[in-house]
Amino acid sequence: MSSTSDARTPTAAPKAAFRLSMLLYDQRYRSITIQIIFLFALMLGIAWLVDNTINNLRALGKDFSFSFLTAPAGYDINQRPIEYDSQMTHGRAALVGLLNTAILAVMACALATILGVIAGVLRLSNNWIVARLMTVYVELFRNIPTLVWIIIFGAIMTESMPAPSAFRGDDPSASMFLNESVAVTNRGVYIPSIQFANSLGTVNLGVVSPSINWLLVFAVLIAGIYANKAILKNATAVQNATGIRPKTWWKSLAVLLGPVLVLFIVFGAFLEYPELRGFNFADGTHLRNSLIAMWLGLGIYTGAFVAEIVRSGILAISRGQSEAAFALGMQPGKTMRLVILPQALRVIVPPLISQYLNITKNTSLGLAVGYMDLRSTLGGITINQTGRELEGMLLMMLIYLAVSLSISGAMNIYNNRIMLKER
Amino acid sequence: MSDTHSNTVSYVRDSMLPQQEPPLKDRGAVKWLRENLFSGWLNTVLTLLSILTVWFIIIEIGPWLMNTVWNAGSLRECREILDGTSGACFAVIKDRWHQLMFGFYPPEYYWRPVLAFVLMLVAVAPILFAELPRKMLYFSALFPFVGYHLLWGGSIWLPVAVLLGFVAGYIAFRLLDRMSSLISTLGAVAATLAWWFLLAGPFNAAMTSVLPIGLEFVRSDAFGGFLVSVVIGVSGIALSLPLGILLALGRRSEMIFVKSVCVVFIEFIRGVPLITLLFTASLLLNYFLPPGTSFDLILRVIIMVTLFATAYMAEVIRGGLAALPKGQYEAADALGLDYWKAQRLIIMPQALKISIPGIVNTFIGLFKDTTLVVFIGLLDPIGLSNAIRADTNWNGIYWELFIFIGALFFIFCFSMSRYSQYLERKLKTDHR
Repeated sequence: MSSTSDARTPTAAPKAAFRLSMLLYDQRYRSITIQIIFLFALMLGIAWLVDNTINNLRALGKDFSFSFLTAPAGYDINQRPIEYDSQMTHGRAALVGLLNTAILAVMACALATILGVIAGVLRLSNNWIVARLMTVYVELFRNIPTLVWIIIFGAIMTESMPAPSAFRGDDPSASMFLNESVAVTNRGVYIPSIQFANSLGTVNLGVVSPSINWLLVFAVLIAGIYANKAILKNATAVQNATGIRPKTWWKSLAVLLGPVLVLFIVFGAFLEYPELRGFNFADGTHLRNSLIAMWLGLGIYTGAFVAEIVRSGILAISRGQSEAAFALGMQPGKTMRLVILPQALRVIVPPLISQYLNITKNTSLGLAVGYMDLRSTLGGITINQTGRELEGMLLMMLIYLAVSLSISGAMNIYNNRIMLKER
Repeated sequence: MSDTHSNTVSYVRDSMLPQQEPPLKDRGAVKWLRENLFSGWLNTVLTLLSILTVWFIIIEIGPWLMNTVWNAGSLRECREILDGTSGACFAVIKDRWHQLMFGFYPPEYYWRPVLAFVLMLVAVAPILFAELPRKMLYFSALFPFVGYHLLWGGSIWLPVAVLLGFVAGYIAFRLLDRMSSLISTLGAVAATLAWWFLLAGPFNAAMTSVLPIGLEFVRSDAFGGFLVSVVIGVSGIALSLPLGILLALGRRSEMIFVKSVCVVFIEFIRGVPLITLLFTASLLLNYFLPPGTSFDLILRVIIMVTLFATAYMAEVIRGGLAALPKGQYEAADALGLDYWKAQRLIIMPQALKISIPGIVNTFIGLFKDTTLVVFIGLLDPIGLSNAIRADTNWNGIYWELFIFIGALFFIFCFSMSRYSQYLERKLKTDHR
C-alpha cells in the first residue's frame, strides 16, 4: 500500500523507456529531429551548390585562385587618395577603391547627420513655415529612390554648372565664390588646399606613404583632444567640490587649436588657391563631379531619414522631463543640452547606426555617376579584365561585410556606453 | 477702512462692463503670425529665410513649369516651340509614355499588363481593407498565377501545374494532420516538391499537347519601365513578409542550429550592398546551378531582392517579437496552445501590429531599391531615361524625365506610408 502511494508522488518521474516514436511526439526530442532534418537539408543544398560550382569551373577551364590580385591592373583610377598608376596591381586598385568608398562614406555620414539633426529639430519647431518646409524636405527625399537623387545631382553638376571657360575674360559669365577661392564648374568643384612650405617629406609605411607634416598635425590634434578631456574632467571636479564651474572655453580652444596653429606656422602652411590655367583650373583640390553627386545624393537623402530618427527620439522623451527642467529654472537651451538630448540620444543612436551602415552600402551606387569606389574597381573593371567573377565578387562581399560588421561593432560599443544605467 | 472708502469713492459701478475684444496683437491673424512666425528674433530670421527659399524656388522653377510644351516629337522641335523662352518639355513623357510604362512589351498586348495591374489592385484590396468581403481573399491567393500568366503568357498549364503543387501539398497536409504536425508539414513539403519536380513537367507537356490554350509568350527582355519596377517590387513585397516572419521565428528559436543558420543568413545579407547580390544573380548564378541551366533574369532579380528584403523584414519583426511582454508567451502556453497556434493566434497579431511602421518602411525601401536593377541591364525607368537620352531626338533632356520618374515613385511610396499610418491608427487599442 505504502509503496504504491510512493510511486504516485510527483517527485518520482516515470521511468519510461525511450521509444522511437518519441522523436515525433515528445517535445523534448522533437526539436532534435527537426534540427537533424534541417541540417541534413542544408548540407545537401550546400553540397549541391559547391558541386555545381566545381563542375562549372572545370567545364570553363578556370581555377579558383586570388593570384590575379598581384597582376598589373592596367587601368586608371581618376580619384587617387594614395599613389596609384595603371602599372600597379589589381590589389592596389582595390585598395584605392576601398579608400574612395571610405572617403565618400565619411563625408556623406557627416552631411546626413548635420542635415538630419537640423531638419529633425526644426520639424518640431513652433514656426509654422519652417516646420512645413522641413516636412516637405523629409517626405520628398524619403519617398524617391536614392539612385534617382544621385543621378539628378550628377546631372545638375555636369549640365547646369558653368564650364571653366566661362570664368575667363574681362567680363566672365561665371565667378568664383568666397573671395575667389572656390570654383564650381561642370568638371567638378575646385577648393583651396593646404600646402606646407617646409615639407618634411613622406614616411613609407609599405602600402601608403603619408606626409610627415600631416601625421604630426594629426598627432598634435589627437593629443589636444585628450588634453581637453582632462581639462573638462578637472572642471567637473571643481564644480562638484565648490559648486562653481570654472570657465574652460578659452583653455579648450587654446589646447585644441594652439599647437596645431603653431605647427602650421612652423611648417609654413599656406592656402593654394585654384587658378584658371589653359582650359581648366589647376592647383587647389579638385573634387570630382562624381564625388560631389554621390556626396550630395547620399547625404541629403539619408539626412531625411536621420531627421525622422532625431524627431522621434526627441518626441520619445516625455514632456515631464522638459517641464521638470523648466521648474528647476533651466533655460530652454540648457534644458535641451542637459536634459533632453542625453536621453534622446539613447533612442537616436541605434537607428542612426543603421543609417550609417546604409550610407556605406549605398556608396556602391557610385557606378551610376562613374565614382571609382570598391565596386567600380574590384567589382567592376578588375572582374571584367581578369574574368574572375567568383573570386572578385566573393572578396568584395567579404570586404563590405567586414566594414559593415566593424562599423556596427564600434557603434554598439558606443551605444553600450551611453545606454541607460539602470539600477 | 470701509468708512474712508465710502467717503472717497463717490461712484461704484453696479453692472459688469461688456467684454472687450483682446488687443489687436493678440487676436486673429496677427496673433497667429506673432506666435507661429515671429515669436522671437531667431524665429523671425528662420521665417524670413524660409520665405526667401520658397520664393527663390518659385521664381526659378515656376515659369519653367508653367511654360510647358506637351506636344513635340523631339527636343529640337520643342525648343522651336518655346522660341528661346525658358520652359519645360514634358512632350517627352507623352512621346515615350508607353516605353516608360511598359518598356518594349509588344504594343498589341498592352492590355495584359494593364489588366494585371487592375487585378492586382483587386487582389490587394481585401488584404488592405478589412471591410471588404473575406471571400475576395480566394482571388488574392489565385492572383500570383493569374498575374504571371497575363504578363508572361505561354501555356496556361504551367501556372496551373505550379498551383496544383500547392494543392498536392495541402492534401498531403490534411491527410497526415492527425499523425503529427511534424510529419504533416514534412509530408506537405515532400508532396509539393515531388509534384513540381516529377509530375508537373509531364503534366504540363501532356495538357499543352491536348489542350493548347494560353496567351502569346512574351520574353522577359521585353519588360521595361515601371512594369519592371512594379513586378519586382510587388513580388518582393508579397514574398518577403511571410519569409521574414519565418526567419525571425528561426532567429528566436531555441534550436541552436536553426538559430545560428538564421543569424548568419541575416547578418550576411544585411552586411553587403544589394547591388552585389544583384551582380551575383546576373554573373555568378550560372556557376552555382547545374551546367546548362539558365533561367529568367527578372526571376533571378526577384529572388535576390526578396532575399535582401527578407533579412531586413526578419529584423523588424524580431523587434516586434522582442517588444511583446513575456506574459503573452506564457499565457499562450498556459492555454495549452502548441507553438504554431500560439504564434498564429496570440504572438504574431500583436508583434506584427507593433512592427507595422518598420514593415512598411522595408516595403518602401524594397520598392525604391528596384531602381538598382538598371546596373544589371534591366530597363527600369532610369535605364529607359538613359535610353531615351541616347536617341538623337531627345538627346539632352534631363529634368523632365527625372521629375516624372521621381513623381511616380513618390506617389507609390507616399501612399504606402500613408496607408501604414492609417493602419496604425485603426489597430491602435490603447486609448491614449
